[in-house]
Amino acid sequence: MKGHAGQNGQTHNRQAEDRQAEVWACLQGVTDPELDESVTELNFVTRADVDPDNRVHIEFRLPTYWCAANFSFLMADDMRRAVSALDWVEGVSVVLGEHMYADKINAGLATGLSFQETFGTEADGSLDDLRQTFLVKAFQRRQVALLNHLIAASHSPETIVSLTLTELDCLAVDGEGGKLLRRYLERRAVVGPLRSDALAFVDAKGARLKADGLAGYVSGLRRVGINAEFNSALCRGLLSVRFDLETPVTPRSKASSKSPDSQHVP
Amino acid sequence: MYRTAKGEEIFVIDGHTHFWDGSPANQKNIHGKQFIECFYAYHSNLSPPSEKWEKDKFEKYDAKTMFDDLFVTGYDDMAILQPTYLTDFYKNGFNTTERNSALKKSHPDRFILNGAFDPRDGEKGIEDLHALSEKYKLKGVKLYTAEWRGESKGYKLTDKASYKYLEAAQKLGIKNVHVHKGPTILPLNRDAFDVADIDDVATSFQDLNFIVEHCGLPRLDDFCWIATQETNVYAGLAVALPFIHTRPQYFAHIISELLFWVGPDKILYGSDYGIWTPKWLIDKFMAFEIPADVTKETGSVLSMETKTKILGLNAARIYGIDVEAQKKKIRVGGGYAHLPEAVHAPR
Repeated sequence: MKGHAGQNGQTHNRQAEDRQAEVWACLQGVTDPELDESVTELNFVTRADVDPDNRVHIEFRLPTYWCAANFSFLMADDMRRAVSALDWVEGVSVVLGEHMYADKINAGLATGLSFQETFGTEADGSLDDLRQTFLVKAFQRRQVALLNHLIAASHSPETIVSLTLTELDCLAVDGEGGKLLRRYLERRAVVGPLRSDALAFVDAKGARLKADGLAGYVSGLRRVGINAEFNSALCRGLLSVRFDLETPVTPRSKASSKSPDSQHVP
Repeated sequence: MYRTAKGEEIFVIDGHTHFWDGSPANQKNIHGKQFIECFYAYHSNLSPPSEKWEKDKFEKYDAKTMFDDLFVTGYDDMAILQPTYLTDFYKNGFNTTERNSALKKSHPDRFILNGAFDPRDGEKGIEDLHALSEKYKLKGVKLYTAEWRGESKGYKLTDKASYKYLEAAQKLGIKNVHVHKGPTILPLNRDAFDVADIDDVATSFQDLNFIVEHCGLPRLDDFCWIATQETNVYAGLAVALPFIHTRPQYFAHIISELLFWVGPDKILYGSDYGIWTPKWLIDKFMAFEIPADVTKETGSVLSMETKTKILGLNAARIYGIDVEAQKKKIRVGGGYAHLPEAVHAPR
């Protein structure tokens, strides 16, 4: 009997571990909208546990006590949405720690209120516009990174602007290029439907790019990337000082090679 | 005063300094504690290790320390005192015009004293601005449009009330409006990614200068676009500049974009003292060159002439400082007595 119970216990443990890993994988897909980086890679998430009733408990913290309430709320909301999409999940709690509006935000999250309902009329509308604005910025940042890569790899402007999504997907690129390509495709739908014959590269309004204007277009987008990288460097630094993390600046590649579990041991 | 190896003298006006009291004795609540801790995190994160202060010095420094850090150890010739009231967090306020005025009083040739207003204070606030301006002969103000207050989650310069205040400021002879459009130090939402209101008021108030502090970071991309279209919009370098140490490549990109879009005549140096100190910032800035690969993108070069403008001449112009006359005043007052030339050459 004992052995049997032990085996059941092990199966149970394994399932719990799998489910926890699933939750972390889900959270990895949630980004800080401003930085366009994963909330797990940024080290924001400190806890993501699954209880025996399949309820998920997430805790997170931010680089400062003052981080914008709307962005904080948005990230919490995105985490809840992402994890709720797992079919076995019975409920999700998301708790923000050590923030000026932690109590208010947490109470709003716990009772399923919107940002507007949580903060009253001055909250200036729902978060949908904000979410969209930053999705467009993320699209632009990922696009300019990929365009720079393709231009450096000697693809002509004429070729680049006439690629369809299918053709882009089949383009021979190196490892770094493949990563940039995948990241770009994740956000391509922000500006227009993903039909296979649709142009791979369009601007933020969905209009096609011109071959002779490509260089100017790319340099116009450059600021979006610089801006996001600056913010990211600042946020990572502040978080590391605030919570005394070991490494002030984690190189991206190193961070993503760690397993989600080891990365989040406080 | 910064003197180059060749002996050229560069007059330095620090566009952004504070004389604060963030000490536990002055903290009113947890927010006061968290506020100074956040500043300290900026300081710790971006300063070279040798320039890091102990927490208690950072929480509250005395006037002599500040004077020495700016003008004796540091290369500043003059400094603009920008107030941050935060009376909800600190018993006597954090860094009020009144507190700053002590420095102005004891070193009138060294400091430019700025005031502040908040359009949400109504008629009373306009009266207060009159009184403040009369008392201190203000030429500039510092505004925090993103500050939450009770039910209000910030304001825009385009609000009706803001217009009334800007009109009043203009009548009072205030020329320079410094607006905090930078990394979040107070919770905000309405204004979180918006520098668009600057665009509007800069057009409506052609006689005022709008200095976008922290050059719109974290919205550099939007800011550059606005600044390029308005002749009276400036970029304040505070918070951007210390990246010259931790992330020189990012700093290169930022300064290169600013030079391209905003131009060399509209960028202002600021240390954000006591978060950072002028000595190391200016040593690094003077030694800095934009790398060739970045210059290739924008054509921007950080020439000696441009550095001179950023470090002092631009601020002198908008604050009506006659540099030669001011140098003379400072010299006569013994302000340059500590300057042995050899020590002053760049390292």
